Amino acid sequence: MSHPAVTIRGLHKSFGAVEVLRGIDLDIPRAQVTCLIGPSGSGKSTLLRCMAFLEETSSGSILIDDAPLGFRTHADGSRTRLPAADIRTARRKIGMVFQQFNLWPHMTALGNVSEALKTVQKLGRREAEDRAMVQLKKVGLAERADHFPSQLSGGQQQRVAIARALALEPEIMLFDEPTSSLDPELTGEVLNVMRALADDGMTMVVVSHEIGFSASVGQKIAFLDQGQLLLTGTPTEVFGKPRHPRLDQFLETYLDRGAAMLL
Amino acid sequence: MNSWKLWMLLLQGAGLTVAVSLLSIAIGLAIGAVISAGMLSSKQVFAVPSRLFVSFFRGVPLLVQLLLIYNLLPAIGINVSSVGAAITGLSLCTAAYQAENLRGGLMSVPKGLIEAAEMAGLNATQQFRRIRLPIAFRLTLPAIINEAIMILKASSLVSVVGVVELTRMTQDLSASTYRPLELFAMAGVIYFIINWGLSFIGSYTENAIRWGRP
Repeated sequence: MSHPAVTIRGLHKSFGAVEVLRGIDLDIPRAQVTCLIGPSGSGKSTLLRCMAFLEETSSGSILIDDAPLGFRTHADGSRTRLPAADIRTARRKIGMVFQQFNLWPHMTALGNVSEALKTVQKLGRREAEDRAMVQLKKVGLAERADHFPSQLSGGQQQRVAIARALALEPEIMLFDEPTSSLDPELTGEVLNVMRALADDGMTMVVVSHEIGFSASVGQKIAFLDQGQLLLTGTPTEVFGKPRHPRLDQFLETYLDRGAAMLL
Repeated sequence: MNSWKLWMLLLQGAGLTVAVSLLSIAIGLAIGAVISAGMLSSKQVFAVPSRLFVSFFRGVPLLVQLLLIYNLLPAIGINVSSVGAAITGLSLCTAAYQAENLRGGLMSVPKGLIEAAEMAGLNATQQFRRIRLPIAFRLTLPAIINEAIMILKASSLVSVVGVVELTRMTQDLSASTYRPLELFAMAGVIYFIINWGLSFIGSYTENAIRWGRP
């Protein structure tokens, strides 16, 4: 098997006195969809945010393609924080999609998608917008390019956010509960875009309450409970019977999100 | 002197009022943006001087500031005209208030929007220039226009450094014509119309940059 896209070892994360992640070891396989599931407060979103260095880990290491993210770990186990420019370089391989979309409200859809191409990659306006349009077409929103976020539905906003991340050609896409703030009738369009992305062979890490999506699209499932990885494996291994009692209990509460088909 | 002649002279003073004020508002806003960034900086080298700047220019009366600048600049070898001293004084004073307005706006930019910029690879300066400041500007536009109107009215104080703007012109004319009631009424009308124009520009801008809300 090829090298993992992300390698997480001995990861701990505390917010003050509260330890949210308590020793996580996880490999994110390349060109596969890894789904992080678990009850609220299990630490799955925090784990995902650590992979983008939006949260600083308390100890342990994260490697993106063998390159350390955020901290360099020395032989004696101590860590040094890397300079901001190194963090930006490491992040170039990562695209992130947020629960609240986080589109910049003062820019159109096209402006949102082309912004980093212009400001960071220093492309000319023309080329940046051409490349942005390609991504907007991919998520089916080319005709909404000149709309502001406030003029788009939640599902459309999230698809623009996906296009914005894809425009920077990341190797790994992180999704933090991408459908949790959407009406049920709008989640479908976002999940379809994600499914198409998975079919294209994108390396994806998805935190989601959509158990049905995780079971059908996910190739690796990681079940977190109270800051620890309780189970990892293929959907068949994790969801197959006999099932871990904690997982059973968790699935019972998600019958309306597609978990019913697993029971 | 007939009324027509008086109106012409008052409008001449008003022209100077508008020119001095608009320049000061624009310069003050630019300086204010820099100071607001400084105030929020985690680096003390930027934060401390920015905070001192704001406390000084908010804490000392504008009249005192103007006289201080008018007398201080020549004393340190900078020759400056009355108008130059007036613009310097007004700009620095309004910068302190605009910095506070913008600081409030910058602090209300949702954290997620900054995280998105962070993930898109924008560095701190790019984040400020492209995301945080434009959003803060939109959020605080009513307060910014408010301050612009305040500074336009406060520009009557620059007469103390010898700038013959609208108020000073009115005073001079009423001394020579003995018609203060008529003249100050005319000046009041002119100030009102200028500020009405300014708030019109404000609401026009507010509508134009409403991020597309209907």
